[in-house]
Amino acid sequence: MSVWKYANPAKFMSLSGRVLPVLTVLSGAFLLVGLVWGFFFTPDDYKQGSTVKIIFLHVPSAFLAINIWIMMLVTSLIWFIRRHHVSALAAKAAAPIGITMTLIALFTGAIWGKPMWGTYWAWDPRLTSFMILFVFYLGYMALWTAIEDRDTAADLTSILCMVGSVFALLSRYAVNFWNQGLHQGASLSVDAETHVDNAFYLPLLVCIAGFVLLFVSLVLLRTRTEIRLRRLSALQVRGSAT
Amino acid sequence: MIALFKRDIMLAFRSGGGFGLALSFFLIVVMFVPFGVGADLALLAIIAPGILWIGALLACLLSLDRIFQLDFEDGTLDVLATSPLPGEAITGAKAAAHWVTTGLPLTLAAAPLGYLLNLPSEAYFWLVASLLTGTPALSFIGSFGAAITVGVKRGGLLLSLLVLPLYIPTLIFGAQTVTRAATGQDPLSTWAMMTGLSLFAVAAMPLAAALALRVNLR
Repeated sequence: MSVWKYANPAKFMSLSGRVLPVLTVLSGAFLLVGLVWGFFFTPDDYKQGSTVKIIFLHVPSAFLAINIWIMMLVTSLIWFIRRHHVSALAAKAAAPIGITMTLIALFTGAIWGKPMWGTYWAWDPRLTSFMILFVFYLGYMALWTAIEDRDTAADLTSILCMVGSVFALLSRYAVNFWNQGLHQGASLSVDAETHVDNAFYLPLLVCIAGFVLLFVSLVLLRTRTEIRLRRLSALQVRGSAT
Repeated sequence: MIALFKRDIMLAFRSGGGFGLALSFFLIVVMFVPFGVGADLALLAIIAPGILWIGALLACLLSLDRIFQLDFEDGTLDVLATSPLPGEAITGAKAAAHWVTTGLPLTLAAAPLGYLLNLPSEAYFWLVASLLTGTPALSFIGSFGAAITVGVKRGGLLLSLLVLPLYIPTLIFGAQTVTRAATGQDPLSTWAMMTGLSLFAVAAMPLAAALALRVNLR
């Protein structure tokens, strides 16, 4: 028994088919509880008023936007080293979700920024880093669509993901040199001294769990679609050969 | 490897349209800025470092697809790939040749163009220094993008989309170096950081480019 067993597409399909409904229901439940709790049963902040509640959308999406890229890096590495097709397809499936999360984080931040900072957009290092991350996602997805041969596309996108990760990290620290920050520090931390107040922290954790579950369900769904697409085109090739 | 390096430089000089093109583009970009923002010398002095760096960067981008595209189409790359020369040497030599024919002339042209933009006199040394050690990063990172998109028909736009995000750290440190010099701060730290980045690109990008090239030649 090892996790690599599920690199077999047939095994992956049967397992993900069973897990997917459970995960979907769970993510819906977590999101419902987390958002209702966060929006209606938390106090207003003494300085920010009710605008603080956008944290329940902003922080989970920002958290995922970064972690989806890391997940793509890991699956790209697995594809590159062990040549498991499911892994490459999972990276391909995750990219549009990642770019959506980046956009959600940017938009919710802008909506919050207008009343709080007096502007929708500032060239702050964190904001700029997200804009950069957005461009990296765009390039990655464009490369997938530009190459016809599927294995070549998987290889080149995974190389791009690896090289891009290095440069995305460099950019993230380079922008600190370039402009002063406006954005507050980390909202999340394992250390209870530094994270936001418990009244916000607990529903926030529920929301993050909901977002993560939503992401996992979407990735499984999209990977299953990709596998089915491949099977379909394989059947078509076989059909035209005879 | 040296023969390949010389051949690429010769081709760039003799084929026409490749060598002077980047320089002309750089000149035109710089010339367009006063048309766009007005001929106010005080304003131009403030934005000159950024304009010069962005202009050099875009001029460098223009000729990237020439690194591999023509050799890929006429089969030269296949011959090179079957030669005893390792792929990393091929990509390294070609990126170096690209720098000699693009980055180096851009560096030399930057100082007179800086004068047109009313760049403060303290900044000239750092402008040339930052472009001299920064443009190799542009050529080597660009060669990686060119290697990835070599199999794509009409891949020029895709190449820009892939390469430009990778240029961000170099641009930030490079333009910061010149801006700091122009405003009387110490530019050495950002210059050192950009040069480190450049050395990293020269060392690592031929490996990544060779990897991508091998996939494309499969």
